[in-house]
Amino acid sequence: MDSQLTLHVDGEPRSLTVDNRTTLLDALRDRLGVTSPKKGCDHGQCGSCTVLLGGRRVVSCLTFAVAHDGAEVTTAEGLAEADGRLHPLQQAFLDHDGFQCGYCTPGQICSAAGMLAEAEAGHPSSATADGDGPGGVPRPVPLDEEEIRERMSGNLCRCGAYGNIVDAIRAVAGR
Amino acid sequence: MKPFDYSRADDAGSAVAAVMARPDAAFLAGGTNLVDHMKLGVAAPELLVDVTGLPLDRVEELPDGGLRIGATVRNSDLAAHPLVRRRLPVLSQALLAGASGQLRNAATTAGNLLQRTRCGYFQDVTTPCNKREPGSGCAAIGGWNRYHAVLGASEHCVAVHPSDMAVALRVLDAVVTVLGEDGERRVPVGEFHRLPGEAPEADTVLRHGELVTAVEVPPLPAGTRSGYRKVRDRASYAFALVSVAAAVETDGDRVREARIAFGGLAHKPWRAERAEEALRGASATDEAFREAAEAELRAARPLPGNGFKIPMARNTLAALLRELTTEERR
Ligand SMILES: Cc1cc2nc3c(=O)[nH]c(=O)nc-3n(C[C@H](O)[C@H](O)[C@H](O)COP(=O)(O)OP(=O)(O)OC[C@H]3O[C@@H](n4cnc5c(N)ncnc54)[C@H](O)[C@@H]3O)c2cc1C
Ligand code: SF4
Ligand code: FES
Ligand code: FES
Repeated sequence: MDSQLTLHVDGEPRSLTVDNRTTLLDALRDRLGVTSPKKGCDHGQCGSCTVLLGGRRVVSCLTFAVAHDGAEVTTAEGLAEADGRLHPLQQAFLDHDGFQCGYCTPGQICSAAGMLAEAEAGHPSSATADGDGPGGVPRPVPLDEEEIRERMSGNLCRCGAYGNIVDAIRAVAGR
Repeated sequence: MKPFDYSRADDAGSAVAAVMARPDAAFLAGGTNLVDHMKLGVAAPELLVDVTGLPLDRVEELPDGGLRIGATVRNSDLAAHPLVRRRLPVLSQALLAGASGQLRNAATTAGNLLQRTRCGYFQDVTTPCNKREPGSGCAAIGGWNRYHAVLGASEHCVAVHPSDMAVALRVLDAVVTVLGEDGERRVPVGEFHRLPGEAPEADTVLRHGELVTAVEVPPLPAGTRSGYRKVRDRASYAFALVSVAAAVETDGDRVREARIAFGGLAHKPWRAERAEEALRGASATDEAFREAAEAELRAARPLPGNGFKIPMARNTLAALLRELTTEERR
């Protein structure tokens, strides 16, 4: 059973017909040739398939493409400027050597972009001092190492490049 | 994966009618549990009715100061909601202790309540499992049962409910509103999830085609402090071995009233009424907290792989109560 849909991928409308069983990840990679989201586990456990869906980070392996007709999908590739200038997070991952094999990197970068927007909007994490005190937490939420590690825990790195990944994200969060 | 039809529901009534009409139909929300199960062959619906377009995505304040939380509110938005953070810290903390940022952005209130057990045998269709295939046996009882139940289990199933959010809703005495063919019914969250008994295939009392529309949470009495504490195999992004939700009212250095629920110990969030009874009027000391935990955990029956959960539950409860009854605020 097939469905027709249009996805706006990295700013470009892309129309396609999919078997309903196609995940968003497989639609991007196998049908549209957009290979920056990676398939690590295919079960929501590693974060390597992270994309921004309507501006929010999600894992693209646990959702069917058919459920997202008309949606805006941004992959790590699409974060760069049209003229090729890198997104600050992309540049920071290079500057801080935030990877080894690079397989988890596009997912890390998309996740970090979504995470910075969440902190900007004042969303708390488990590491945020919070609760019923007066005033609550400031916006944006200040991101120290503990906050970044907690908020990025949905992205595993098999090479263990975590130290440098945190440094890269801190460099951008501190701007 | 079996081929399936996909449709988007515009209103709750037609979503109910569409799923009622076909035994092979299922509601689809964030998909973070159902899509996984379809890949694993644990679920094989032939019609998915997507509910994420329904107008159930709001958090509304009730006249008594409580909150009505729509079924499709995303877990991340609920955790960040100012009224939830201010009035119901236990709920915000429980949500933030679950899954990851990406998953919470997709997961919904109803989907979270209805997520199924993470028992590895349930997810592996090559093994016997009474929950997945009634009558086939339970591979966990003689197998790997580190994550399994110590309270309220049966000889047919020893699985635990994996939701953090549901444990918080249990101490908050939340009510689930459900829409069926004959209109709406209200189910207290304590009666929503079941113990396995003879029928482990049913996690909840929800009937096929019934749609969860909202969860209503009454306000906590003024002066009550609430919180959630979770113990797991890694610092973040892992299911609970043990968790505790509590809401405590103190009077000087005495406990006036405490509400307590455990996660990770049973087939449903476990309201610890014996511990609550033991704490009523008790002095707020570590000793009293531990005794209260003992009062509850005397009924525990550990499996070969999970005896550690009993001292862990006792210590976690004591630590949370200490935090909630001392002056300094986190
Ligand atoms: C790697 C990983 C780690 C996780 N860690 C945690 C954790 O630590 N703690 C935790 O609590 N959870 C955890 N989760 C589980 C996650 O919270 C659930 O998958 C999520 O809450 C399910 O919500 P959903 O909207 O995606 O549901 P879906 O997958 O869309 O649906 C789940 C079920 O609910 C039914 N359903 C959905 N909406 C309705 C409705 N309105 N009425 C009736 N039925 C409905 C569906 O038919 C389906 O049976 C984790 C998940 C993953 C993949
Ligand atoms: S514990 Fe329950 S879910 Fe796990 S194998 Fe046994 S019957 Fe199945
Ligand atoms: S491939 Fe999607 S989370 Fe691992
Ligand atoms: S850089 Fe290799 S997995 Fe992260």
